Amino acid sequence: MRDAQGARDYDWWLLAIMTAICALGVVEIYSATHGSALVGMHTKQIRWLVIGFVLMFVLSRLDYHVIMDQAPWLYIAGLAALVAVLLVGHTRFGAKRWIPVLGEFFQVSELVKLIIIIVLARFFAEVRTDELSLQDLIKAGLLVGLPLALILKQPDLGTALVLMPMLIVGAFLAGLQWKHAAVICLIGILMLPAGWHFMKPYQKERVTSFLHPEEDAKGSGYQVLQSKIAVGSGGFWGKGFGNGSQNQLGYIPVRYSDFIMSAWAEEQGFKGVLVALGLYMALLLRLVQNAQRAKDRAGMFLVMGVTAALGFHVLVNVAMVIGAMPVTGIPLPLMSYGGSATLFVFLAIGLVMNVRLRRFVN
Amino acid sequence: MSYWFRNDNRLPQERLAAASYVIVGMIGLLLLGFWKLQVIDSEKYGQLAERNRVRSIPIIAPRGRMLDRDGRVLVDNYPSFSVLLLRDDPAEVDKDLPAIAEGLGLSLDDLKEQLNNTQNLPKFQPIVIKPEATQADVAFIESHRADIPLLEMLMVHRRRYLPGAFMAHATGYVGEVSEQQIESSNGRLRPGDIAGKSGLEREYNDLLVGTDGMRRVIVNSVGKEMGRLSQQEAIPGKQIQLTIDYDLQQVAEEDMAGKKGAVVALDPRTGEVLAFVSRPAPDPNDFAVRISKEEWQDLNQDPDHPLMNRVTQAQLAPGSVFKIVMATAMLESKVPSENFTAFCPGSATFYGRQFKCWVYGKGGHGVVNLHSAIVHSCDVFFYNVGMRMGIDRIAKYAKMLGLGAKTGIDLPSEEPGLVPSEEWVERVFHHKWYPGSTISVAIGQGAVTVTPLQLAYTIGGIASDGVFKQPHLMKDAAHVGEVHVDLAEDTVEQVTQGMYGVVNEGGTGGAIRLQGIEFCGKSGSAQVMSNTERSRLGKGLSQNKDNAWFVGYAPRRNPEIIVSVLVEGGEHGAGASGPIVRDIVKAYYDKKNKKTQGQVTAENQPQQLQRNEAGTVAEAPKAVLKPEETAEVVGANDKKKARPE
Repeated sequence: MRDAQGARDYDWWLLAIMTAICALGVVEIYSATHGSALVGMHTKQIRWLVIGFVLMFVLSRLDYHVIMDQAPWLYIAGLAALVAVLLVGHTRFGAKRWIPVLGEFFQVSELVKLIIIIVLARFFAEVRTDELSLQDLIKAGLLVGLPLALILKQPDLGTALVLMPMLIVGAFLAGLQWKHAAVICLIGILMLPAGWHFMKPYQKERVTSFLHPEEDAKGSGYQVLQSKIAVGSGGFWGKGFGNGSQNQLGYIPVRYSDFIMSAWAEEQGFKGVLVALGLYMALLLRLVQNAQRAKDRAGMFLVMGVTAALGFHVLVNVAMVIGAMPVTGIPLPLMSYGGSATLFVFLAIGLVMNVRLRRFVN
Repeated sequence: MSYWFRNDNRLPQERLAAASYVIVGMIGLLLLGFWKLQVIDSEKYGQLAERNRVRSIPIIAPRGRMLDRDGRVLVDNYPSFSVLLLRDDPAEVDKDLPAIAEGLGLSLDDLKEQLNNTQNLPKFQPIVIKPEATQADVAFIESHRADIPLLEMLMVHRRRYLPGAFMAHATGYVGEVSEQQIESSNGRLRPGDIAGKSGLEREYNDLLVGTDGMRRVIVNSVGKEMGRLSQQEAIPGKQIQLTIDYDLQQVAEEDMAGKKGAVVALDPRTGEVLAFVSRPAPDPNDFAVRISKEEWQDLNQDPDHPLMNRVTQAQLAPGSVFKIVMATAMLESKVPSENFTAFCPGSATFYGRQFKCWVYGKGGHGVVNLHSAIVHSCDVFFYNVGMRMGIDRIAKYAKMLGLGAKTGIDLPSEEPGLVPSEEWVERVFHHKWYPGSTISVAIGQGAVTVTPLQLAYTIGGIASDGVFKQPHLMKDAAHVGEVHVDLAEDTVEQVTQGMYGVVNEGGTGGAIRLQGIEFCGKSGSAQVMSNTERSRLGKGLSQNKDNAWFVGYAPRRNPEIIVSVLVEGGEHGAGASGPIVRDIVKAYYDKKNKKTQGQVTAENQPQQLQRNEAGTVAEAPKAVLKPEETAEVVGANDKKKARPE
């Protein structure tokens, strides 16, 4: 096996798309915060982006087979970290999700997402049959179920949910049988009431206010309503940079982070949304293309795990902004402000680059 | 490196392709969602964003001031803050209500009741929960903007009346508009608006109210004001100048202090009201903020009727003052002839019943003619006149001279009094007129009732050769009604000579002569109830004492001033009411003489200023305001107000 990556082997298109999305994010973070107490947030975000790019390149140099070799240990380490965070983690905004590293608080679950992508890719790569057997499907389910339960315990419904599409996309590509898919759907529907039972009060409130927004004028129903007002009032052409009243006057909740798409849509209008969502589509399709050209199944599963995670992020976040899904607290990749979330995306893309660099290697 | 992956390159290309279709479909669906919000429903959300961002705060227009005839301020405004409660969000209101009640020192139960009472008003309409905010309230609201965003302050203008219920029944008072007023205003009035409730405040409400302005401000998500969009200035109400003379009013007020009754002074040449007092009177300043239900009930049930405007609403027997009407009727109708005389032994018998003269028990008037009957107020003479004239002729002349009908003064709820007639008795009591009743009516007793204003109007008109000017309080009233009654020169001459004699020839008003002034008048002491009734109830009750009337004027012909005074329970017209009339007439001439001698009022002005605690008199501009001058903006007004008083 030879190591033969050169500068031209990197996916420059992917990098260009990423950079463009990051730029939109920084611009909108600046617009949303420059007149408030949060001024300067965009420079902090740029710092995270720079660190992210560096980490991405570092991770892309290390052969993904080597990383996947360590999958069992990474899995154990991830579980241990999740247990640790439950025991000694910091509580912020009512949830235990953070541990301090070098003076910054990191969300352990972001790292765990990355580990699950690797573990699942390794697991599915080892499946030798064309069709995924029920036995293997259950094994994969348990593999994801354990960390998922721990993340739900924090509680962090959003991150826990992200693990599901990774499992579903992985199983699908590993040859999921339609009859199994049907049975799982059925079980899922039957499990819904039980899931409701285990939800925290605030999570239940989010779901009820999504189903009946008029009953909750000031809570999360209010947030979604304000977000919709922002998006709708932006119109086709938008109100212009720094001119969104919903954004500038603070009606949009966490307008620099989870609801950044709302602020963007208000100020840049439908044409801006077209640009942003166009970039996300290009990003995701480019990822799938990388999967299609991967050298082996292991690489393909790795890339598609990343695609599933990012695609799910985009879908759930943007759908929340336009009131089509309940509020889950999932950020918009590369645009939303945030350290851990940004680093996760760059590390995940780093894995994709890793696979791409080795596509011609035998 | 382990070889678990074994270079397995069988990729599920079909399923990967399916994944990219899913991605395209997903993005397409999201874009459809944005298209719906941003293109199809864009207008609706644009309006919602605007409603979020913009808050309209009314700028209350100050009511017009009221000035006296010389331009001195009688009714003024002062700025004050009202606390508004925003009720858009009922859940938030419920949550914050206890904290609000505590912070503003209000009772939580009262607040809840008020919220219940205003439940059917639109939710976006804030309600006033505290009309007069203290400095502590302002500090409380400012410091809790973030955690209690439901409170807002509104600058309002409150009415300031002169202290001591000065002229209270003429000015009236203001209060929150009633539901009736809102309904009949065609949407011009909203709940919580201030409008005139009585007196001039009500009569000229449309002039006095200005047009409220509107300030549109940008607010952020916690209700903090971030900027101003537009400001539509309030147009202040028009200032009105009254015919009242502050100096005469002051004399009248002082003379009436502690008494129950009414004073009205007119200039019969023009109909202008120079002084206007009704006592007792509540202080309208107490109504300017908000009056509690209990206080209001107390005022309504007070046996002294402080809310009754006695000048225009007290309908009482005129007593002997009515003899002037009788004398005029007699001379005009020549029934009996002008040379008619009667013998007064102290009483007389008509229709088998004895009627006493007021001198009964102290002798009699002897032989009296019309002149001496007026001067000495001989009842027996007028009993005879009345008997000869009959009730219908009396009624005809009384009505002709202005009794039994409203004078048309520019005040709400004037009463017409009553002039009885055969027709009236048949209509109301369904029986024939008792001729004996005519005898009582002839001396102003029985069913005949008048208001103090009517007496001034009627007697002033007679002394002015039958020219009756409509009384009014508004200085430049557009149309002053005028009634001409053809009175013979001889009639006017004889009647006015009689009234001159009352004061100047040792008549009933002999004690109130004024040196150098042709001061004339007629006293009256009207029984509140009949003598028999009175002896049954026992004496000593103020309600049972006679009402004292005096109507005086000067000069004898074509008077410049006529004053009608009623002192309830004053017993003797000349004794209780006469001096008040004299003081006012004297004050009128003192002022007039000073003016003609070039001293104007400068000499007595400083004293009056000291008397006036409100201190507003000195600031008054000396001109009747024309409409364009009143169109000053609130801002300019505020600066004026900011000057320390």
